[in-house]
Amino acid sequence: MSEGLLGSELFRLILGLVIVLAFSQLNALFLVWLERKVSGHIQLRPGPMEVGPHGLLQTIIDGVKLVGKELIMPLKADRKLFFLAPVLVFTPVLVGFLVLPFGPGLIIHDMNVGVLLVFAFSTITVLAILTGGWASNNKYALLGAVRSVAQNVAYEIPLLLAVMSVVLMVHSLSFSQIVASQKTVWFVFIQPLACLIYLIAATAETNRAPFDIPEAESELVAGFHTEYGGMGFGLFFLAEYTNMFIVCAVATSLFFGGWNGPFGISLGIPGVFWFLIKTYFLIFVIMWVRWTFPRVRFDQLMNFSWKVLIPLSLVNLVITAIVVKII
Amino acid sequence: MGYFKDIFNGGLSLIEGMGVTARRLFRPLVTVQYPRKKIPLSSAYRGHIELKIFGESGTHKCIVCLNCEKTCPSGVIRVQGEKLKEKGPKTLTSYVIDFSRCSLCGLCVEICPTSTLKYSREYELVGETWADCKIDLLARLARQVEEMEAEKKTQGIAA
Repeated sequence: MSEGLLGSELFRLILGLVIVLAFSQLNALFLVWLERKVSGHIQLRPGPMEVGPHGLLQTIIDGVKLVGKELIMPLKADRKLFFLAPVLVFTPVLVGFLVLPFGPGLIIHDMNVGVLLVFAFSTITVLAILTGGWASNNKYALLGAVRSVAQNVAYEIPLLLAVMSVVLMVHSLSFSQIVASQKTVWFVFIQPLACLIYLIAATAETNRAPFDIPEAESELVAGFHTEYGGMGFGLFFLAEYTNMFIVCAVATSLFFGGWNGPFGISLGIPGVFWFLIKTYFLIFVIMWVRWTFPRVRFDQLMNFSWKVLIPLSLVNLVITAIVVKII
Repeated sequence: MGYFKDIFNGGLSLIEGMGVTARRLFRPLVTVQYPRKKIPLSSAYRGHIELKIFGESGTHKCIVCLNCEKTCPSGVIRVQGEKLKEKGPKTLTSYVIDFSRCSLCGLCVEICPTSTLKYSREYELVGETWADCKIDLLARLARQVEEMEAEKKTQGIAA
């Protein structure tokens, strides 16, 4: 592996990117289908059933429809930014995949600052949303974008504080080391509060209901992507679902033992499958939450972050630091 | 201590809500895939009017009295008949309704002296033009008689 072109780091990166591009599309197609199925069954409907077995090909048909649509830009919109935003929203998503540990050794680039990289790049999503909302020259889009920024500023803090308490325990920002140190006991049992805070904040970070106020269909038409149609909208949509996967994959690696089975029992299942099973289960939970709770009001959203999540995560971090120091 | 109590109670109610939706995930579905599966119609359903088929004669009992046409508040019904014999009763030659104007008030059914009008159980009424809303009840009757005879034949073969 270490010699010649095939073993070089560049080749590994390119191959990884190609696989990631293919995987992220397939994953988004599957997740959209899953979302519609989960919502359908919660509302006692079957969901998509017509195209393919149990409607499995429905999202592909929807994608074809989106690609076939004309690109429409509103009058007086900022042309460059308007078309840049959907592309920009997809970049952090691809970077996130670079450092995700799918299995032992199955990581495209094992950086010693992997955790930092994922969260640093995930903030670009907010920038893309703001760009799209601003460039649309539409009051609903702008309102959605502004809300998105306020929400992300509020929820980034508890998210990172929750992650910090795990990092403190492992003394490393590398994903593979964090996962390796959960061989017997997952961190969800040691840090249940941090895990809960992470999941709540992550739901808000990905703009998912009940924290979907940036797009709030009932108040803001469609929020920041009101003026987007066709593939521009499709890219925002794809990015949302791929973001969901990344957030859940990070949660799996930080709190649910990554490629390890529970309590060191692997049951002969390869690590990749453990990782994917846990990630998709977390995604299912996020969907389940979306179809259970109504959207929170903007002041409730802010109060919840600043008055509950941030103090609790700070206390959790301080206690973790003290305990780690004593042990 | 209201702060922690609020968080605790709020969390509990959220978990309860998740439980409700989780149970619904495993409940049987209430919708059916419509064009392929249909649910039984309510017995109280009233569609557009149609001519009743009487068992003894195998056809309707319309005497072309034009009561239905006169009583209809929206001018939906157009009945035509002619005398086949010089001093005989009139025979129905055409019974057409314009369903696009019908308000389903049912006055025609109530006023019919021979009770030969009834509500059909038709609900698939999609059409593309105004002409699709015009329903020829005599043609419909002929179709129904044909269907009944075909059914009798198949039952006879089976028996």
